[in-house]
Amino acid sequence: MSHRLPEHPDWLWRTPDPRRSYDVVVIGAGGHGLATAYYLARNHGITDVAVLERGWLAGGNMARNTTIIRSNYLCEESAALYEHALKLWEVLPEELDYDFLFSQRGVLNLAHTLQDVREGTRRVNANRLGGVDAEWLDPDQVRAFCPIVNTSPDVRYPVLGATLQPRAGIAKHDHVAWALARRADAYGVDLIQGCEVTGFLRDGDRVVGVRTNRGPIAAGKVALAAAGHSSVLAGLAGLRLPVQSHPLQALVSELLEPVHPTVVMSNHVHVYVSQAHKGELVMGAGVDAYNGYGQRGSFHMIEHQMSAALELFPIFARAHVLRTWGGIVDVTPDASPIIGPTPVENLYLNCGWGTGGFKATPSSGWVYAHTIATGEPHPLAAPFALERFTTGALIDEHGAAAVAH
Amino acid sequence: MLLIACPWCGEREELEFHYGGQAHVAHPADPEQLSDGEWGEYLFVRDNPKGPFAERWSHAAGCRRWFNVVRHTVTHQILAVYPAGEPKPVIP
Ligand SMILES: Cc1cc2nc3c(=O)[nH]c(=O)nc-3n(C[C@H](O)[C@H](O)[C@H](O)COP(=O)(O)OP(=O)(O)OC[C@H]3O[C@@H](n4cnc5c(N)ncnc54)[C@H](O)[C@@H]3O)c2cc1C
Ligand SMILES: [Zn+2]
Repeated sequence: MSHRLPEHPDWLWRTPDPRRSYDVVVIGAGGHGLATAYYLARNHGITDVAVLERGWLAGGNMARNTTIIRSNYLCEESAALYEHALKLWEVLPEELDYDFLFSQRGVLNLAHTLQDVREGTRRVNANRLGGVDAEWLDPDQVRAFCPIVNTSPDVRYPVLGATLQPRAGIAKHDHVAWALARRADAYGVDLIQGCEVTGFLRDGDRVVGVRTNRGPIAAGKVALAAAGHSSVLAGLAGLRLPVQSHPLQALVSELLEPVHPTVVMSNHVHVYVSQAHKGELVMGAGVDAYNGYGQRGSFHMIEHQMSAALELFPIFARAHVLRTWGGIVDVTPDASPIIGPTPVENLYLNCGWGTGGFKATPSSGWVYAHTIATGEPHPLAAPFALERFTTGALIDEHGAAAVAH
Repeated sequence: MLLIACPWCGEREELEFHYGGQAHVAHPADPEQLSDGEWGEYLFVRDNPKGPFAERWSHAAGCRRWFNVVRHTVTHQILAVYPAGEPKPVIP
């Protein structure tokens, strides 16, 4: 694959006016909505589809995430879903004929306490049993793999080891969205920006379309893919969801020479750092504790992640922060997504990806498209149904899901 | 960073506080009467409004007392602060 940046997005898709009716209306043109539309067309031949976006295409969390892709989750259900995604990431640049710079440079999850070591080694074993690549590295091996990590025993939380997933990495998120959008558009899917869904058209218990700021649109099926705004939309359909929306922020430094060969995450001191293709250090941490839709986070979170980053990477002490931003992520009680039908007929739900949904983009779209097309949950999605909050069959991923929900 | 007025200590930085989620969620009076659906709802489902939200905070690094706040979840403006146990004030 070339490493020339792909063409400007203006020419990658049409900008049609909404028609009055579609087989499927997807709400939200983030990565998940676009992947859903792409796989509805590619895997199921359903092309009478509109993706409605209130802002601009992929301007939500898709534009704001730190692009880490990995599948080293603990529970079988999640590892299977994220590993399905990772396998798709490995073929998608070719399939979409678009180089979105997927770079399998590996992800290290550092351990700083005995409990971290136990959690990490347990997860490595679980991953290997599930067919996911995973290794345990001791501090010397960590230093060999990523020489800029401070593995000195003299810091407050010394590095006691790390898990490594070699096939994990990063991708250029906006190019991923454009690649999916271009192909969905080529199949005939209408991608409609500046179109906000403000309510649902009902026929008794069934949803038969949506109200928008550009008029009503009838739909055979309506599929939510609205990330942090899912509960606002579900509320318009009379549903209460077990999700809470929180600000999550990230930042980048100025451009630097290539110094950082892999992705490093630390739950304990609370930061994750990678180096983007252009050279910026990309850093993130946990969500703000409180609910919010303000698309910015608290300053003390930045201070916290920077102090953690500096202890782990003393080499970054003089780097300047160029830009910080926030997104709104939807967090569930078990830190796992919700995918499937809802109690409202013809209304489908895909939400709750919290701080970690970018890595799932292709499999989220794959299983969601299957669920919408067939009316039956895809086998990989079945455990993630809304009913788990009634049955109690939770998929508790708080340990492995991300850096502190 | 929020500036929160503890009813007992006055205005302090958010860092001194611990967040406790939605306020006024009463424990079911008759838990054994609840269906699985109702029990799941009580345990896992909370309001998540884009607008004013009544929530609990504890002054963890101060007087350690719990109290309630109404905060706008977009602007983060604090619209009311009141002791736990008191009804939610009417926000105009
Ligand atoms: C700072 C930050 C860092 C992150 N880092 C990572 C990471 O490293 N790895 C990882 O895997 N994940 C990460 N994530 C999480 C990831 O970004 C999300 O889980 C994922 O993007 C969610 O799916 P999406 O792309 O479809 O959401 P979005 O891109 O948010 O798409 C939802 C869309 O719905 C639209 N919408 C909402 N309401 C309406 C309406 N009423 N009508 C029409 N449209 C509407 C929104 O405008 C938005 O464009 C991060 C998130 C943030 C904020
Ligand atoms: Zn106090």
